Amino acid sequence: MPDFCLRDILIASEAEAAGSLQSTGAAFAYRDLLTGTCLAGARKELHGKSVLIAPKSQLASATALIELDGIASRLVICPPDFTPFLLSSVIKQAEVDAVVYDGGSVDDGSGLPHYFCGQPAPADADRQSFAGKTEWVLPTSGTTGPPKLVAHTLTHLLGAIQKPPAREPRVSWATFYDIRRFGGMQIFLRAVSGSHTLVISEPDEPQVDFLRRCQAAGVTHMSGTPSHWRRLLMSPHANLLSLRYIRLSGEIADRAILESLRATYPEARIVHAFASTEAGVAFEVTDEQEGFPASFINENDQENDQVGLRVEDGSLRVRSRRTALRYIGRGDLKLHDEDGFVDTDDLIELQNNRYYFKGRRAGVINIGGLKVHPEEVESVINLHPRVSMSLVRARRNPIMGNIITAYVVLDGKLQPIQADAVLKSEILAVCGERLERHKIPAVIDFVASLDVLGSGKLARNHA
Amino acid sequence: MSEIRTTVISQFKRVAEEQNKKLTRLDDDLVLFESGLDSLCFAIIVARLEDELGKDPFTASEDVQFPVTLGDFIRQYEHA
Repeated sequence: MPDFCLRDILIASEAEAAGSLQSTGAAFAYRDLLTGTCLAGARKELHGKSVLIAPKSQLASATALIELDGIASRLVICPPDFTPFLLSSVIKQAEVDAVVYDGGSVDDGSGLPHYFCGQPAPADADRQSFAGKTEWVLPTSGTTGPPKLVAHTLTHLLGAIQKPPAREPRVSWATFYDIRRFGGMQIFLRAVSGSHTLVISEPDEPQVDFLRRCQAAGVTHMSGTPSHWRRLLMSPHANLLSLRYIRLSGEIADRAILESLRATYPEARIVHAFASTEAGVAFEVTDEQEGFPASFINENDQENDQVGLRVEDGSLRVRSRRTALRYIGRGDLKLHDEDGFVDTDDLIELQNNRYYFKGRRAGVINIGGLKVHPEEVESVINLHPRVSMSLVRARRNPIMGNIITAYVVLDGKLQPIQADAVLKSEILAVCGERLERHKIPAVIDFVASLDVLGSGKLARNHA
Repeated sequence: MSEIRTTVISQFKRVAEEQNKKLTRLDDDLVLFESGLDSLCFAIIVARLEDELGKDPFTASEDVQFPVTLGDFIRQYEHA
């Protein structure tokens, strides 16, 4: 396996493409990132260390990844909106030695050394590579409590990226998907590995400003979840973009979004990809239809860099050289089965020689590309003194793919209907204090009872 | 004001309050994403309107048009 780091790939492609990373108020040419340092030369101190990449901005995270791949032993990539609890849990699990930040306070309570990531400044050429391969660690949400940390190498992450055909006109990328999540990370790596310009946004940037920046940068290729694309199609400014390539991932791409994109961007190739943090990029669907052809299911030889797909117990399993290595700090969790397949927990169903996605096993809910475990939400709802039990379910939604409905059983006390609204607000307030926004139920229904199985567990059969 | 319009507007206000979002003035030309609400807010509004009005025009229709303005949004409910 070739031993290279992100810098090596960037150096190889930089002469031809000469791209840049562009964010709000700042744009860094790859050339300056290659010759300079954004970490005030701290790379010697970070050599061989486990480093948490925790800047608030995507841009600083991106520059830190380029600088430290091949130097740090481990890059632990902190997604946006991480709570202090999740941060401290990740620091412990991934045995983090140092934290990279960009000015906003990092509330991790760790006492670890912090390194500021800023603008590229000239640096000496001395660059001592880490002897092993840098591990890229992406957190993914666990059922309750701490996130699971999924370890990849750059080779795994780059596995699905093919060299663009020669003489392809200039490519510029933009992503709606945050580069610190798996789907966005793929776009970051696609852009960097070809030295293509990448336009990223920062929190609170109005969408129209982002679109204008994309227009100014001549963005040709763009990626996001179906929910991101629906959001774009609800904008009067969607026509600012002239795209040659549209990529959807992270959620089920339904017919409505595929057809609407086709109508709005008649010149673009529209591709939806199936990928997950654990399974890596499994495949891309290019025929602009929902689901994927049945012929994709095969047990190809992974040694030839082919992806094997299998259906077992109704869910899609993936075996390839792009799947993650393992979970960090969790010897009890297995990523692969005996044959090397990763269970994606995505249920699929065959109809007319095509497989369609039917949602997630074990009730994991996908809200606009973000995972929610019902049990986590239920445990918070149950904190309200009047709640005796609750059940959280996905409900299909045309804007975000799914939203959360909570069925709540109250204690026996009767109350007038008018009090329902007050109680619902109280429950939402409890959730608001403890859960990320997308995990808060959109709808609460009070019910008289919930089915409980013989095992004592809630019956979670999907309605 | 039609009953549907009243229901839609009151749902916008309720969700904005719950989500701590500041709403701008709700007139027909208002671009939905300039109202102060985001995708998650609209997702919640559509779900609650389905419970209240018994319809979801964005899922039911064969030919889905994503609404751009508040006027588009209300019309899709009125014509569903």
